Amino acid sequence: MSDVTAPTPAWAGEEPLLFELSTDYSGGPRTVAAGVDAKPLDALLPRHALRSAPPAVPSVPEPVLARHVGRLARRNHHLHHGIYPLGSCTMKYNPVVDEQLAGLDGFASLHPYQPDEDSQGALELMWELERMLCSVTGMARMSLQPAAGAHGEWTGLRMIQAYHAAKGDTHRTRVLIPDSAHGTNPASAALTGMEVVTVRSNHDGTVDVEDFRAHLDSSVAAVMLTNPNTLGVFEKDILEIARAAHDAGALLYYDGANLNALVGVARPGDMGFDVVHLNLHKTFSTPHGGGGPGSGPVGVAESLVDFLPVPTVEKRDGAFLLDHDRPRSIGKVRSFYGNFGMLLRAYAYIRAYGDTLPQVARDAVLNARYLQRRLADLFPMAVDTPCLHEFVATTRGGRVEGLRAMDVAKRLLDYGVYAPTVYFPTTVAEALMFEPTETESKQSLDQLAEICTAIVEEASRDLAFVQAAPHNAPVERVDEVAAARRPHLRWRPE
Amino acid sequence: MAYLPNTDAERRSMLDAVGAERIEDLFSSVPAQLLDPRLDLPPALSEQELVADLERLAARNRPLSAWESFLGAGVYRRFVPAIVRATISRPEFYTAYTPYQAEASQGTLQTIFEFQTMICALTGMDVANASLYDGATAAAEALMLAVTHTGRRRVAVSSAIHPEALRVIATYAEGRGVAVDVIAQRDGVTPLDAIEQTLTAEHAGLIVSQPAFFGTLEDLAPLADRAHAVGALAVASVDPIACSVLVPPGEAGFDVAVGEGQPLGIPASFGGPYVGFMAVREALVRRLPGRLVGMTADHRGRRAYTLTLQAREQHIRREKATSNICTNHALMALAATIYMARMGAGGMRAVAEVSAQRAHALADRLAALPGFSVAFDAPFLWEFTLRLPCDASQLVAAMRRRGIVAGLPLGGIDPSLSDALLVCCTEMTSPAAIDHYLDAARELAKRPQEVTA
Repeated sequence: MSDVTAPTPAWAGEEPLLFELSTDYSGGPRTVAAGVDAKPLDALLPRHALRSAPPAVPSVPEPVLARHVGRLARRNHHLHHGIYPLGSCTMKYNPVVDEQLAGLDGFASLHPYQPDEDSQGALELMWELERMLCSVTGMARMSLQPAAGAHGEWTGLRMIQAYHAAKGDTHRTRVLIPDSAHGTNPASAALTGMEVVTVRSNHDGTVDVEDFRAHLDSSVAAVMLTNPNTLGVFEKDILEIARAAHDAGALLYYDGANLNALVGVARPGDMGFDVVHLNLHKTFSTPHGGGGPGSGPVGVAESLVDFLPVPTVEKRDGAFLLDHDRPRSIGKVRSFYGNFGMLLRAYAYIRAYGDTLPQVARDAVLNARYLQRRLADLFPMAVDTPCLHEFVATTRGGRVEGLRAMDVAKRLLDYGVYAPTVYFPTTVAEALMFEPTETESKQSLDQLAEICTAIVEEASRDLAFVQAAPHNAPVERVDEVAAARRPHLRWRPE
Repeated sequence: MAYLPNTDAERRSMLDAVGAERIEDLFSSVPAQLLDPRLDLPPALSEQELVADLERLAARNRPLSAWESFLGAGVYRRFVPAIVRATISRPEFYTAYTPYQAEASQGTLQTIFEFQTMICALTGMDVANASLYDGATAAAEALMLAVTHTGRRRVAVSSAIHPEALRVIATYAEGRGVAVDVIAQRDGVTPLDAIEQTLTAEHAGLIVSQPAFFGTLEDLAPLADRAHAVGALAVASVDPIACSVLVPPGEAGFDVAVGEGQPLGIPASFGGPYVGFMAVREALVRRLPGRLVGMTADHRGRRAYTLTLQAREQHIRREKATSNICTNHALMALAATIYMARMGAGGMRAVAEVSAQRAHALADRLAALPGFSVAFDAPFLWEFTLRLPCDASQLVAAMRRRGIVAGLPLGGIDPSLSDALLVCCTEMTSPAAIDHYLDAARELAKRPQEVTA
């Protein structure tokens, strides 16, 4: 709605919904004529099968729709606009060429039920990608089928269950997870029917080895760890933890959310992990798409290969094929073979770096360490331990009493940069978790540091102004409490 | 190097700022024995080399566009208006993250709200979520929702749902210790008497598909009644474009509607990414897995959108969450939203009608050939099961030699259907291709020796 006294930028204010732009439920663009002896639908189908009135899905004329899209686009922060320093999300640049390649008709028009002889290029790509990902993680084989990181976690845990069951070890029903872990870890474990046991972490997020050992017994199926952990700190006791877990007959699960810190520099397989999931949309730069599609391949050590989801991609006599005949497999976790379009982008990304891939982790860590240094005077750091690819700062005990993490986050939006992850990990009060990634230039990091400096100065002068941020975003602070109290989850005509 | 912006001079000055000699020193917390493994990776490619490599791989495929295709089976080649790809190719959408900071994500949030509303309209349900991975995982999540809601540990699944969904349901159920009873299809649909014999007060839910995998149409309302008679939830997996012409599951009494959104402007892309959807009755809203977007206001009282009811989700509830889902398939949901908005209910109806008319014309004429018949008496929409005088894979091979992908042989899914072929028509199946198919079938009917060769 326009405000005559204080004009707002074109992208601010409200944008009508599609349902307010058109109420044409019966028209629509021209389609093709049937070109055959055509009977109307009610002559082809029994009347009782047909709906009596059209659904309220309006046809919006293309010029109107195009402008709607254009206006909504201006109401999003995105990577081509500015830094996206969300901790644990790895918002690195998405190469534009990958979008072009995914659109090649040879991939886009390929049907998943075409015979293997029609899809040799796609299968070769998957076969090569699996080998490259195995090389980077130190695993024996990998399934590309899971659609997201959490889906990969669940797939990995299902394989761990199958592994123990195959050994007749059916009493292993517990999963050990540190309290600093991502929420998906316990949620995925719960979905497999296993019991989650929370392990205490030290103040730097590393596993409290004593507490870990106290929980480790013959009822433990798996230990799930993120390394580096959610505070960006390497698990210094990892080799000891792996040994202890294996001695107790448990398997070690690697949450790959933070692999960008180590990609090509150190491998989960060498650390002793038995199962690894990757987030291709983090470490391997496939776009996040506003919340998916992601892709969560899961790799396993030799002892778990038999349990991988079907089908696997195999190479026999120079030809590639889908192998459905794997009797010990846990089955299918998704339709077809996974998010192939995302696999393609990850393949292209890895080929672009090739054997220089370790430089990704090196620059990611250097960028994080540099940004941490630049922000150290503004915000206390959650831990003294030097960070790897991300770090957690806090507004608690900082230069401005009463300044909260959320206020900093919202004010950052006014400066055209996105906020860091806030209030996570939950073990740190007023947490601001920054992960700049390797694709930010030094200039961009300096700019973010300067903006943070300006915000702290603003807050010391006029805290209320910062607390009321954002002032320069498409909308002001959104009332999330009202949204949850009276859920309004679909449009209805007034 | 590929996408790294900093120069060596900038790296040097940053290292100086953090007090490190070399970049490798930053990894001193990692045990030395783990560092710098030998990687078996090929040399880096320039962008020009990369494009050439992917073009080589793409050329090794023979996609449906290279054939006269009658293959559907849950993944449909439909005409996609240009504005769909133009929209999802915008970096404002494809490079954005999950909209945690609502004020800087109103674009994504509003399109998801529009998606939720459209899915409700198509399915006749009260509330839809922000999307799921695909139709198969959506079906599995729906049954897990039924398990949680009823506290029961058995589910019933029609064998006429998509085989991929059936297999994914089996994997989800096994992990949760939930028993699955498969109800064998008869005449391509789910028989009511078999449902009555199977369903007991131990069942949490029943899932059927509309259209069924075999292209046939279920009579939905009695199926929902049978589920409700034992206190189970009724779940329908529906094709979204079919919903523009068929009685929607909400109207037929179903509690949960799920489906595969691929037909809504998303390319086949060798199986993904697609988008699953799920819609429920109001009473089940707090059981929904995945993200939900709600309309609210900003502090100036202007309309605004945000992720909501997050108390269901993993980042708040951890092991007590309704699901472990973290991402949805927002960009594919955007493609579907723009497709639906461009087409409207009228345009989708036109697409459904042309597809059905072509399929019926083809089926009628094929059934007139000696030895050929439509396998099931149940009505069908745009896909039908063709009974052949020979093994279906043999006919498919003979048709391939004529440049035709004749459909999906069903023997791999059900051995009793080894002489059956699932044949699909869409608005992309030209009348000339239909004539070509008929000519080839007629010729092969006359010369069975070529088929069996």
